[in-house]
Amino acid sequence: MRKSRQPKGSWGRRFLIAVPYLWLFVFFLVPFFIVFRISLSQPAIAMPPYTPIFELDAGLSSFVQALKELSLDNYLFLLDDPLYVNAYLSSLLIAAVSTVFTLLVGYPVAYGMARAPTAIRPVLLMMVILPFWTSFLIRVYAWIGILKPEGLLNQFLLFLGVIDQPLVILNTTAAIIIGIVYSYLPFMVLPLYATLEKMDYALVEAAEDLGCTPLAAFWKITLPLSMPGVIAGSMLVFIPAVGEFVIPDLLGGSRTLMIGKTLWNEFFSNRDWPVSSAVAIVLLVVLVVPIAYFQRAQARARERGL
Amino acid sequence: MASLGSTRRSFAPWTDPNAKAYIRFDNVTKRFGDSVVVDNLSLTIYEREFFALLGASGCGKTTLLRMLGGFETPTSGRILLDGQDLAGVPPYRRPVNMMFQSYALFPHMTVEKNIAFGLKQEGMPKAEIAERVRQMLKLVKLEAYADRKPHQLSGGQRQRVALARSLAKRPKVLLLDEPLGALDKKLREETQFELMDLQQDLGLTFIVVTHDQEEAMTMADRIAIMDQGRVMQVATPAEIYEAPVSRFVADFVGSINLLEGTLLEAGRSGARIRDVSGAEFGVTDAGEGQVGQTVWLAVRPEKVRVTRQRPADVRNALEGEVWDIAYLGDMTVYNVKLDDGRLIKASSINSVRAVEDALTWHDRAWVSFAEDAGVVLVR
Repeated sequence: MRKSRQPKGSWGRRFLIAVPYLWLFVFFLVPFFIVFRISLSQPAIAMPPYTPIFELDAGLSSFVQALKELSLDNYLFLLDDPLYVNAYLSSLLIAAVSTVFTLLVGYPVAYGMARAPTAIRPVLLMMVILPFWTSFLIRVYAWIGILKPEGLLNQFLLFLGVIDQPLVILNTTAAIIIGIVYSYLPFMVLPLYATLEKMDYALVEAAEDLGCTPLAAFWKITLPLSMPGVIAGSMLVFIPAVGEFVIPDLLGGSRTLMIGKTLWNEFFSNRDWPVSSAVAIVLLVVLVVPIAYFQRAQARARERGL
Repeated sequence: MASLGSTRRSFAPWTDPNAKAYIRFDNVTKRFGDSVVVDNLSLTIYEREFFALLGASGCGKTTLLRMLGGFETPTSGRILLDGQDLAGVPPYRRPVNMMFQSYALFPHMTVEKNIAFGLKQEGMPKAEIAERVRQMLKLVKLEAYADRKPHQLSGGQRQRVALARSLAKRPKVLLLDEPLGALDKKLREETQFELMDLQQDLGLTFIVVTHDQEEAMTMADRIAIMDQGRVMQVATPAEIYEAPVSRFVADFVGSINLLEGTLLEAGRSGARIRDVSGAEFGVTDAGEGQVGQTVWLAVRPEKVRVTRQRPADVRNALEGEVWDIAYLGDMTVYNVKLDDGRLIKASSINSVRAVEDALTWHDRAWVSFAEDAGVVLVR
């Protein structure tokens, strides 16, 4: 193995490794510090609307001065006002419920694709990706037309006689969940499909051969072996869903509380940049810490042998 | 054909008209779309038999096995196991177990859990499962590997785990799909004998699918030669080799010289064939050949002698030139080109270390064979 590797100091190799790091540095770390800096400052009626805690061009003395004046006021404020805590909790809850539903819808889809004849699999894959060709915003807007009281869904149900009064779906949490499940479904289906397609179907046959009903074989063989796909898909849905803004804004009405919307209000309506920055930083920490822990646990499990 | 019996002398239920069939394929056909994979096939297998399905890839042998396992449904015809029609019986209710070509070991379970899997499904008590797993591990000599995961095992060890897992439930019939295909040659030869011993000791019926004729010849009581979804011949290894029923079977198993000719006369004292070059051969038995019919005389290379002079006592001899010599250590294979262009293959055992005046390339030589050396084929 070692011999086949490139010599350690090769420039091409360094460059290749540097690219993603550089990308993360410019588009993640730098913006993160800008936001973090704002979150430590005080709001002001100015342009931009906060008192900067330090300027890059003011020299070292002012930097030290700024460090002394550092305040966590904005973070304490988040804890003070139950609005924020509630928004975080309800975001996590809505995202979690949506992820579960996405998994429930996405798993059979991915399973069906993985077991479809090889010839039509690319077509099915294409159909999963196809919605991306239309703007996300437009697709979410379309759901208003479907879910509103006189919308398609209610008309259809009234026509069938299942209901005699239009259901109120739009502007509820249910509408948000429907929107998230619909929008993020491909992110669940694709990693699931990738793991299920790789799986040797002989394993299922072997389980049936050894006395499993098809359902038992699914629980004991297929599902455990597709866990990497389940986890990857759930992460890809859960993480962006927590901070989702467009879907709760368009489908959730004014009463539902999600952190993305709170952040937007704080930023654009209240023009309180420091607090909204603090909201964003806390959101990041809330998401990154458990995920990092989880991934380390998984890596350790893999070292132990799957 | 009394001398061409089973390798296990006492075991030959197929010669007994009263023997009860254990597994029967009755006019089984399997189609996938337009292609016929198994074509109106009938076959009888007896209890405790080691039966091999031998054929090139795509001949339908694996499909036949999978239909017995319950993974494919026959398009028409029926399959009986111990008198019971298996139609509609799902794999998990059949008293047969299969050892898969890829082994299909569950990667997320240890060796022990893999072997215990089928027993757990049966709802066997825990203590009994542990005991049975221990027996199985001992049987395949893997006691030290119980806690390993499949990816931590070598190919040979995985093969043993797969075998132990498929035997753990004590099935009536074990189906083996290319069981030794993934092993290297040495290990394959060892494992062949182990499988035979195991089958004898456990008293089970084994059906093995293979494309390797040596493997089939070594292990099986009887072999079914398959081609294009049909059985070409079912017989003991010796019968298949020494008394093939068709040119296909003769050519498929081992190598063969096929001499085309016309049957001149056939009688009690023997038969005469005039081959395409005009030479006449005497044979002891004309088989199914009718006088005047085109027949093929099939002679195995090891029954052909190559000499410098025409042997005085042998009637069947042809002259030619040594074209190719392949020295294989234990034997030497000669290709002799006859004067009419046909190639005759002859092999001789190198029973002495050095031969004086050995034949070499482009020497004139005679190939000859005894009157009972060949088989007359009409198909």
